[in-house]
This record gives sequence, C-alpha cells and structure tokens, in this order.
Amino acid sequence: MRKIRVVIAKPGLDGHDRGAKVIARALRDAGMEVIYTGLRQTPEQIASTALQEDADVIGLSILSGAHNYIAPRLMELLKDKGLDDVLVLIGGIIPDVDIPKLKSLGVKGVFLPGTPMQEIVNFINSNARTRVERA
Amino acid sequence: MRTVAETDKQRWERETLAPALKKSPERAQMFTTISGRPIDRLYTAEDVASIEYVGDVNRPGEFPYTRGIHPTGYRGKPWTMRQFAGFGTPEDTNQRYKTLLGAGGTGLSVAFDLPTLMGRDPDHALSLGEVGKCGVNVASLADMETLFDGISLGAVTTSMTINAPAAMIFAMYLVVAEQQGADWKTLSGTIQNDILKEFIAQKEYIFPPRPSMRIITDIFAFCAKEVPRWNTISVSGYHIREAGATALQELAFTLRDGLEYVQWGVDAGLDVDDFVPRLSFFFNAHSDFFEEIAKYRAARKIWAQAMRDRFGAKSERSWKLRFHSQTAGVSLTAQQPYNNVVRTTLQALSAVLGGTNSLHTNSLDEALALPTAEAATLALRTQQIIAHESGVGSVVDPLGGSYFVERLTKDMEDGALAYFDEIDKMGGMIEAIERGFPQREIADSAYRFQQAVERKDKIIVGVNGFVQEDEPPIEVLYIDESASDKQRAKLARLKRERDDPAVQRALTRLRAAARSTENVMIPMLDAVRVYATVGEMCDALREVWGEYEEVPII
Repeated sequence: MRKIRVVIAKPGLDGHDRGAKVIARALRDAGMEVIYTGLRQTPEQIASTALQEDADVIGLSILSGAHNYIAPRLMELLKDKGLDDVLVLIGGIIPDVDIPKLKSLGVKGVFLPGTPMQEIVNFINSNARTRVERA
Repeated sequence: MRTVAETDKQRWERETLAPALKKSPERAQMFTTISGRPIDRLYTAEDVASIEYVGDVNRPGEFPYTRGIHPTGYRGKPWTMRQFAGFGTPEDTNQRYKTLLGAGGTGLSVAFDLPTLMGRDPDHALSLGEVGKCGVNVASLADMETLFDGISLGAVTTSMTINAPAAMIFAMYLVVAEQQGADWKTLSGTIQNDILKEFIAQKEYIFPPRPSMRIITDIFAFCAKEVPRWNTISVSGYHIREAGATALQELAFTLRDGLEYVQWGVDAGLDVDDFVPRLSFFFNAHSDFFEEIAKYRAARKIWAQAMRDRFGAKSERSWKLRFHSQTAGVSLTAQQPYNNVVRTTLQALSAVLGGTNSLHTNSLDEALALPTAEAATLALRTQQIIAHESGVGSVVDPLGGSYFVERLTKDMEDGALAYFDEIDKMGGMIEAIERGFPQREIADSAYRFQQAVERKDKIIVGVNGFVQEDEPPIEVLYIDESASDKQRAKLARLKRERDDPAVQRALTRLRAAARSTENVMIPMLDAVRVYATVGEMCDALREVWGEYEEVPII
C-alpha cells in the first residue's frame, strides 16, 4: 500500500515554523511521505502543491490569527480542483469560537497547543483517504 | 584497595550516599535540564576548584562582569519593567500604552503586526487576514503619530521589535520625536534590528543577508553621530530559544551573532568603542531555573572577554553586556492557563537573579491569544511583587559562589566557545546560516524536546501530567477584521492627500542610496517625512536588493 502523502504548509506572513517542522518530522517518523512547503505560502500555492504532489492530507500551521481568511480560501480552491477528498487539518493558535466555523468549511481536525504528536498521527491514519478509495 | 587519595566527595559518596541509594533509589538514572544537559546530584568545592575567582567571576562591576555590570545590582534602581504590547490600530495600542504607564510600567515596548514586520502595507494581498492581529499596524508616519499621541518621547524609553524594516520604523519614531520638540541627542530606547536571528529562527526577513547587514551598519554609523543614546540593536536569543534551541544554543548563537555585527561594523570602518556600547542583548527566561541563571552570567563574561581580547575594545562600556529578558512564551500552556502565572513568576525570578537589565513578563492567556488588559496588568504585577516583596534585589548576585551555579556558568561558557570555533571555521555566522547550520541544530533540539514530552521524560503540568478534563474557558482578547478595514481606509485617504510627486522623488533617492554606499538612513528619513509607506520603502529596496528565500530544512 502506498504511504500516506502529507503536505505540511505554512500559510500567511508568519515565520514561526517550529510546530510545522516538528509535526513534519513526527509524521515522517510515523511512516508517512511528508512534503514541507516552506514559509509564506498563499492558499493558491498550497492547493497547487497538493495537486502536484497527489496529497492525501494537507496540514496547515497557523499561529497568527489569519486562519479566518486562509482556510475558506483554501477550501474553495480545493473544491475547484476536485480535491475535496483531501483531509485538511489545522494546527496552531485558533480561538475556540472559530473552530465550529472551520469545521463547517470542511476542515476535519483543529489541533491546539499541547496536542501530542501521536494523537495527530492516529487521526491521520484513521481519516486520510486510502489507496483503495482513490482507485 | 584505593591507591589514589580519596576526595571528600568520593568519601561522601561511599560512606553516606551509597547506603542511602541502596535503601531508596533515585527517581531517574539521569537528571537533565530542560535543555537535556546532564546534572550531577551534588556540587561541592571540588567542582569549582579550577575556577579562578578574580579571572572567571570577580566582583560585580568588574571585568569580566560574571556577577553583574553594576556594583550595586538592583540596590540603585530595579530593572526596567518593560511590557511588550501592541494590537489592532495605532489608536487601540495607544490606549494600552497609557494603561501600562498608568499602572507603573517604566518603559514602552512596541509589538508590530506581521504586515508591518514583513514590509507590506495593509492593502497588500499578502496582508489579508493579518492586519493588527499579532501587533499594531503601522503603515506610515501618520500611524506613528497616532501611536505615540499624548506620550512624550523625550520622557519615556521605547523598545521597538522591528527587524527587516527597522530603519524605516526608526526613522518614523525620530520624526515624531522631532515633531514633539524632543532632542535626538537625548532620545533613549531600542530597536531590535537583529536580522541574523530572523534568518536563524523567526524568519521575518525581507532582503538577503548581506544588504540586510549593510542597513544595520548604516544604523550604527548614523546613531553614533545623531542619536548617541539609542540602542541600535538588541541581539536576540529569545526567538532562537522559542524556535527550540537549548539554553546553550541560545547563548552561543546569540553571542556569535553579536560578534558578527561587531565585525561588520569594524569592516565598515567604525571604531569599536564608538558603536559597541550601544549594542544590547535580549534573552529568553525559560523554565529551568539554574540553567537560565548560569546562561546570563556566562553571557556577560563571554562578551566582555570577546570585546576586549578579540576586538581590542578599550572602553569598559564596550565590555559590559546589557540585556533585556522575556519569559518563555513557548512554555505557556493553553491548558489550565492560570498555571502560566506561576511559570512566569519562576522564569522572571531566574532573569532577576541572573542580573537582567529589563524584563517582560508574559500574560497567562498568551497560549490562546494576545493578552487582555487584565492579564497584562497581572503580568506587570508579578514583576512588581518580585521587586518589592521578595527581597531578592537587596543583594548583588546572591547566587554567586554557589558551587552549582559557578560550575554551570563555566560549562555554559565552554560550550558556547566550542560553538564559536565551529562557526568561525565555517567563515562566520552568515556562512553558517547559508549552510543551514544553526537552523538544523535548533530543529533537532526542538524535535528532541517534543519526543521527551511524548515519552513523559519531561512533564508539563496540565499537558502530559496532572491533566484536567472539562476546564472552564477563560475570556480572551479577540481581534476581528475591523482593524484591517480601518487601516486600509486610512491608508487610502493618506495616499489621496499626501504630495505624491514628493513621495516618488524620495523613493527614487532611496533606491539610488541603496545602489551606492550612501547611508540609507538619510533618504529614509526624507521619505518618511513625506509620508511614504513602509510597503513603498521596502518595495524600493526589494527592487534593488531582491528578496531572500530560505531552503526549508526539516
């Protein structure tokens, strides 16, 4: 079976990449194929990376409060590209009041500070699309 | 049978310790600091036998200043309580400053938002969703005038956390001071202006390393002549630590960055003693109490020795390392947020016992959002309680002479010097950054720490131990998009009302200065005076110098 392919992206102007890098390594160590986009990716760039890389999962790291702009834009682009089955997750500092909005857009998981890496690995393993579904 | 005379520590281990261990073993095979440094169970006179009091430690106010730069410590005046703040519009933040000054804060510290930090105006596509979120938005001189409205710049000292666009923001501050009638010669404050740690850790860079360093040496030269009491740089370990570095890596990379700036200043033709006294430092106050104290003490010593011996500085003012510290944002937890008050108190205490010159204490809600006014006030009160109730400021360097602290101080120094050698061999810090050396070291440490937390080798109360389900939520500051709308409207009005041909002329001159060796501060001040925006000035320089893009390392 093909490894789960994950795009870890850092959208917005923020450069605090500790979380993005740590989760990228943890997912790699858990046997996934990880593509880290680097910093300051626009939703357009992230969507096209996901398409090119045939991603099963997109993990966004957002600490700056820009999620309310970035997430709706990305979800719209994914839909346009026929990538609605890609599992989209957000990690970072997200106010509680925003979480239902993000979930209603189709963001499947929102992981706040202090989340164990293993919890995210497990979440991806049980929720990412599998090769069979994709065939 | 023992052939070598037994030391007293060995005797103690044999006679007293061994039977005790037999009866009740220790909690762990090895004890380590939060940085992973192994720590012995006991330190005695034997551990400091090789440390020479006068050469290595000495009295406060005497070279190499391990015990502090002031002979009287905090008995003269306590550290400056400088609370970092900024959010939303300049109007919002101006109100918060007035609150903090009214509550007994003794200095201002400006947090800018990401568009400002990255040199983008609020109407730029990349600024969408970011205006006023992580700090205050300042697009032009008009915003700076509002930010300091009713605050006398001649009377307060202001620290501004700004790096890639530091020259423009500083120019705006100078023009506001000028408008208020304050004399530049007496203005006091700090611009962070530390681009190396941006390449290493925080990643808020715009231009490539070499032109970025040139702006910084231009600021050194300009201030030496025009604003002599201004701290031209705050060489920062804070962000390096927050990105995951160990205490030793924070110490080593920060001080090596400092050496790099001094070298560039010297290479630009400046005399060491003309600009080095205005360099200041900024360290993280993390959770491992004694390791932090040792870090600050070692920093002073390493700097004094390097300035005297490596750069031949003659002035004592060049030898004395002054530093600001801030408690560790990364140590704050979203879970059981009131615990953060306790963490912050301990961290602040370590900075004070390490001789910090100024201090910011984080607020309890900062793992969730920018702080509310109540949380920010409690953070300031924490410092006031340490200063006025605990008594720790009555004695200079009260931990000096502790076997443990002196040993750890020396070990930190030795470790930092070993890193210096490694970086020197690469050709310097710029070359090390281009190779990704400090970036990789930090990423490795960050991952190791996370693994230690996952294994519960390190316990974070409320996160991987002592967890509490169903916590009641606390009230947090929520910043909506209204700041963005207001700032964009203000900018549109400014662009209609200002003298546009004058702006274009000023930007042309700025580009010309960037291409030549002229000090960029002069055309920058002129551009600011005609209300050129941060984005326009940065774009002018982007045209000449290009933008830096890093190779991501995971």
